[in-house]
Amino acid sequence: MAKVTYIENSGNSHTIEIANGLSVMEGAVQNDIPGIDADCGGGMACATCHVYVKEEWLDKLIKKEDGEEDMLDMAYEPKKNSRLSCQIIVSDELDGLTVNIPIKQG
Amino acid sequence: MIKTDTLIIGAGPVGLFCVHQLGIIGLKCEVVDNLDKIGGQCIELYPDKPIYDIPAVPECTGEELTNNLIKQIEPFKANFHLDERVEKIEKVEKKWIVKTSKGTEFEVSSIIIAAGVGSFEPRKFPTKDAEKYEGKQVLYSIRDKKIFKDKTVTIFGGGDSALDWAIELSNTSKIILVHRRDDFRGMQASIDKINQLKEEGKIKIYTKYQLDSVKGKERIENICIKHDDESVKELKTDFVLGFFGLIMQLGPIAEWGLNLDKKTVPVNTENFETNKEGIFAIGDICTYPGKLKLILSGFHEGALAARGCFKYARPDEKLRFEFTTTSKAAQERLGIKK
Repeated sequence: MAKVTYIENSGNSHTIEIANGLSVMEGAVQNDIPGIDADCGGGMACATCHVYVKEEWLDKLIKKEDGEEDMLDMAYEPKKNSRLSCQIIVSDELDGLTVNIPIKQG
Repeated sequence: MIKTDTLIIGAGPVGLFCVHQLGIIGLKCEVVDNLDKIGGQCIELYPDKPIYDIPAVPECTGEELTNNLIKQIEPFKANFHLDERVEKIEKVEKKWIVKTSKGTEFEVSSIIIAAGVGSFEPRKFPTKDAEKYEGKQVLYSIRDKKIFKDKTVTIFGGGDSALDWAIELSNTSKIILVHRRDDFRGMQASIDKINQLKEEGKIKIYTKYQLDSVKGKERIENICIKHDDESVKELKTDFVLGFFGLIMQLGPIAEWGLNLDKKTVPVNTENFETNKEGIFAIGDICTYPGKLKLILSGFHEGALAARGCFKYARPDEKLRFEFTTTSKAAQERLGIKK
């Protein structure tokens, strides 16, 4: 179980408790957090669950697979701290994770 | 005006199998898709990636699945209207009148929406001022490459479309290729060719840069690109091409008076009909308690929706449940000769 904070582009912040094993994308979708579309449902095929990870968390996450970086090429305004939230799997270690949601997903 | 029993919106795997399910019970259909090819997400997003959860098919790619479905529905000779988007639907008495972006009109007794997450549209530059020049100097697809002759063309993107066009246009245009990171994800042969053209001075490459702003009045004069380290470079260019793949947009479906739950359409699980009589939704676009976005679920949904369409197409007939193994009628429809 980890508390994950999602910050919308408007500044609205939502802190949600997410069970281990779910992705940060699923946590957002199941709790109706606006701004994470996840069109492909977690298949790393659409780049519409794109988030910016707070710098101090970047190194604590599992490294990106090649496919993720390829998809991020398609994301709306990708930055160095961009990740696909469907690829971040929640565990106790991620308690306190904060992600920012882009202005839009496409 | 094309008159038929059912119109299927979406030529992805679920729409394709639904052609089969309609055909088996004797209903005719036509299929419309906004992409210029059959296969939907399977073809657009993962043609060469493996799928492992199609029943009785241990492993296949998106392309193989699509080709097998096309083969399976061949006997029903459904017409496909590709590169067309359904824009308007209207109920006239007991029929639905449907109009597409190319002006094709259909009169049908039912509509099955198998549109995934909507139609595929090109992803655009985030830069707001780029919008003003869209279709003139800012382009997301190429219809006539002659317009680039002897011009400076700045191409953004790192995939096959960006690389292929950079290579192709480098014969007649001055090419600048801009990508957000050092790695390109296109085919190795294309990447090698790009590097060779760079060596020869035929292509200029800027990596770790993205479009920052567009300068000009009536026409674009210059564009600014920004490096990861925030430094900005100004480039003179005649055209700006963006190849960031496609994104799915719900589009006109949102205006048809259907109940919507975010980007999905709630249906009943008895026949997958929406809140509108005669309009069904199957596959990724439909939602109901327990919905799984799996191709196999979409096949089941299509089987039931097809039977739901029957009462609109043949209101005076009763549909008898039959197996293809033993049904003479079904086998005739499949064109099986004994």
